[in-house]
Amino acid sequence: MENLNAKEVKEIVIRFSGDSGDGMQLTGTLFSNTSALEGNGISTFPDYPAEIRAPQGTVAGVSGFQVHIGAGKITNPGDFCDALVAMNPAALKANRKWLKKDATVIIDGDTITEDNLKKAGFATLDPIAELGLEGYNVVIPDITTMTKAALADMGLDNKSVVKCKNMFALGICFYIFNQPEDYAKRYIDSKFAKKNPTVAEANKLAIDAGYNYAANTHQFANTYRIASAPIEKGTYRSINGNVATAWGLIAASEKANLPLFCGSYPITPATVILEELAKHKNLGVKTVQAEDEIAGICTSIGAAYAGNFAVTTTSGPGLSLKSEAMGLAVMAELPLVIVDVQRGGPSTGLPTKTEQSDLMQALYGRNGECPVVVVAASSPSDCFHYAFMASKIAMEHMVPVILLTDGFIANGSEPWRIPSMADYPTICPPIVDSVAEGEEFKPYARGENLARGWAFPGKAGLQHRIGGLEKDHLRGTISYEPANHQEMTRTRAAKVARVADELPTPEIMGALDADLLVIGWGGTKGHLEAAVKDLQEEGKSIAHLHFNYLNPLPHNVEELLKGHKHILVCELNEGQFASYLRQTFQSFTFEQYNKTEGQPFTLVELKEKFYSLL
Amino acid sequence: MADYKYTPADFKSDQMVKWCPGCGDHAILNAVQRAMPEVADALDIPHNKFTFVSGIGCSSRFIYYMKTFGFHTIHGRANAVATGIKVANPDLSVWVCSGDGDSLAIGGNHFIHAIRRNVDLNMILFNNEIYGLTKGQYSPTTKLGKITKTSPYGTIEKPFTPGELVIGAKGTFFARTIDAEVMLTKDCLVAAAKHKGMSVVEALVNCVIFNDKTHAAFAGDKATRAENTITLRHGEKMLFGKDNQKGLVFEDMRLKVVTIGEDGYTEEDVLTHDAHCQDTTLHSMLAAMKWPEYPVAVGVIREVEDENVYDQKVQEQVEAVKASSKISCMDELLRSGETWEI
Repeated sequence: MENLNAKEVKEIVIRFSGDSGDGMQLTGTLFSNTSALEGNGISTFPDYPAEIRAPQGTVAGVSGFQVHIGAGKITNPGDFCDALVAMNPAALKANRKWLKKDATVIIDGDTITEDNLKKAGFATLDPIAELGLEGYNVVIPDITTMTKAALADMGLDNKSVVKCKNMFALGICFYIFNQPEDYAKRYIDSKFAKKNPTVAEANKLAIDAGYNYAANTHQFANTYRIASAPIEKGTYRSINGNVATAWGLIAASEKANLPLFCGSYPITPATVILEELAKHKNLGVKTVQAEDEIAGICTSIGAAYAGNFAVTTTSGPGLSLKSEAMGLAVMAELPLVIVDVQRGGPSTGLPTKTEQSDLMQALYGRNGECPVVVVAASSPSDCFHYAFMASKIAMEHMVPVILLTDGFIANGSEPWRIPSMADYPTICPPIVDSVAEGEEFKPYARGENLARGWAFPGKAGLQHRIGGLEKDHLRGTISYEPANHQEMTRTRAAKVARVADELPTPEIMGALDADLLVIGWGGTKGHLEAAVKDLQEEGKSIAHLHFNYLNPLPHNVEELLKGHKHILVCELNEGQFASYLRQTFQSFTFEQYNKTEGQPFTLVELKEKFYSLL
Repeated sequence: MADYKYTPADFKSDQMVKWCPGCGDHAILNAVQRAMPEVADALDIPHNKFTFVSGIGCSSRFIYYMKTFGFHTIHGRANAVATGIKVANPDLSVWVCSGDGDSLAIGGNHFIHAIRRNVDLNMILFNNEIYGLTKGQYSPTTKLGKITKTSPYGTIEKPFTPGELVIGAKGTFFARTIDAEVMLTKDCLVAAAKHKGMSVVEALVNCVIFNDKTHAAFAGDKATRAENTITLRHGEKMLFGKDNQKGLVFEDMRLKVVTIGEDGYTEEDVLTHDAHCQDTTLHSMLAAMKWPEYPVAVGVIREVEDENVYDQKVQEQVEAVKASSKISCMDELLRSGETWEI
């Protein structure tokens, strides 16, 4: 059925959109995985409301899934789309602003009713005209009717039949973008065939029906094929940031040869990490779904004290609740990884939307002089690497580490060249097993990197007491000595600062003396990199410097900041990293570009800002 | 059986005990240090497996005085930290020391959930009905109407009865003791250690500075205790008084105090304590008894078997999944499911 007249394109962006219950996340995932299997680069971005099933047909209830497919590595899910699949008028309205000029728009004609138009807030009965879509390639197939017709003989009830309409839409997209159906069908079989073979058949039939409809109608005269480009050889899989984070933590547990313990409390958008860890008891992972965020971190602190590699996972409001206990981990000098999947704040904020506004909280949000290491991941797949490195630092330096990810990279997915664990370093925590006969064990005696020894309960001869009160610098007993507190305060800070000795040197992408140095950190990397590259290709004097290690900062940053006319710090907050850099490097001028719309940067807006400074 | 032959001195740390002279906590420390050698012997636990965990408050300083592993955590969180310790290493004998403010106010959530999960922890709940370390504010167990620094006109909040909370939260072990009764405390602690699952031992302790004699009406001296408390022992009649002349009977759906030989009551009519009964009705009633209408119940009130011991179940699930899973290392996990070659 391959369409030989397909037009070859370098990349395309498709957005699937419908009611929260329409199965748009699944539809998008099946499409993007299919493309990945075909050897394309992909990057995806689910955009969904906080409510599980917001009122049907309303703009508030629209759930979207964007996928960017292209030749070679794709670093971001794109901003404006080439094709929009809208399952109802509300989805059309909600996504109108994301359409590229002359984009293809597919909307289920059956849903364009007076009632639905009213629910979606249209003033007229002509949504196409009202949204100014006359110049676009708008196709209005009656998806519901055709799905019903295709499945008429299946013996399924009406509700089950209608549920298959997302697969009909998927079939249409497979035709337009010349993608094979077999992966999606295999997936459906693996999910439904055992439990409900009729439903599995119906879904597969709906894909065929959609594909055949698209092949037979003349409305899809143009179809597209993604050009292929060389990608690094290897075994690949698709992975999202939350799963990659969970796996990075498990990998660290394996390399440290210590069981992984996760005490956590469900919170959007971090919950998937706990869910994923709970699956992997096969690798010795213990999870406790605690009664609250505080118990989440406190059970983990207990597990760390008892000799497990302990982690806790949360999002912004949960990080606030954990702050007192983080102080205890700093004082007790226990290894602990705290994963904060950032979302829009403050307070409950925007639970399902992305932001980078917990940086200051991560750096400073505790009572007392309370430094911790702060690391940020920058793409769905590199969550694995940074979760691993955060864990390594925590265990080898006996210090809490906050790993910042965000809703965008946590939920987004991309193909990932599977690493081999042989390429990852061993983790060597300073575990103490015994003390020489007749000698007293000193729990706060330190190694060269200032980490204290880790002596678990159960080890004979090492009985000792620790806690949140200030410690004697050697014995660990309570000490109110002024000089001891001064020494311990500075030692805790120096221990964190010394982590910098092991950090990789960050590299500038572009010329070291570029006129404009674009700085970012964490999850904005894909967008910043793509925007800067586009301008570099136009011959502009622009470079990009991205940070993953935020506290301590790597050693040579000051050198990299020299020699630019402008330094522009781009972040999804109101300037937290810029302030931090100003405080740390006082002789430079840092300009800011900020956004707190709950959405990632768009390439268009970034480039516009960059042009304005060049 | 093990034969460790520890003595109380093996459990005494070198730290100066800094509680006020006359504080009830001294007596509990004494009882704990006496109980530990017995626990080690009975349960085959070497010294290095004892771990004491506390929150914040006078009683939470306890862990510094024990020559065991110890973790003095933050206010209210001892039960959560202890849960993590026990789940991480179920071989440890984990003891939680916490007060009425620490575990029933700021840590109330962790308290009820540790009990509900039935984590195999042994908890000593020091109840002096006051905030001592912050110098005399009312707590969730302070008697209604009590004048304290934060209730200069008397409290207007009804207090918790910890035993009712424990039983309401699906507790499998609850005992109560009085600071002055060192041997009773020791026996309750050994029973708590032997119990599989969460054990709560409420210790009624006197705060000599900020709430002196709060338990004195029924616990002041030996003679008062004999008349006004009842020591419950599984399988024995619920008798009390100097000459065991009084007893508890069950009438009109309530407990009632009777005198043997009066109003036609004989020893036959008196209830026999069944601490192992799964039904909570009578245990709740016993735990709720308040002086002067009733004697205050001490001893092991509830001790029921429950196979759902959280830390063990976590361990069992890990073992079961490990045994049946095809994935046994990270490399295998990385290559599991949908992958493709390029």
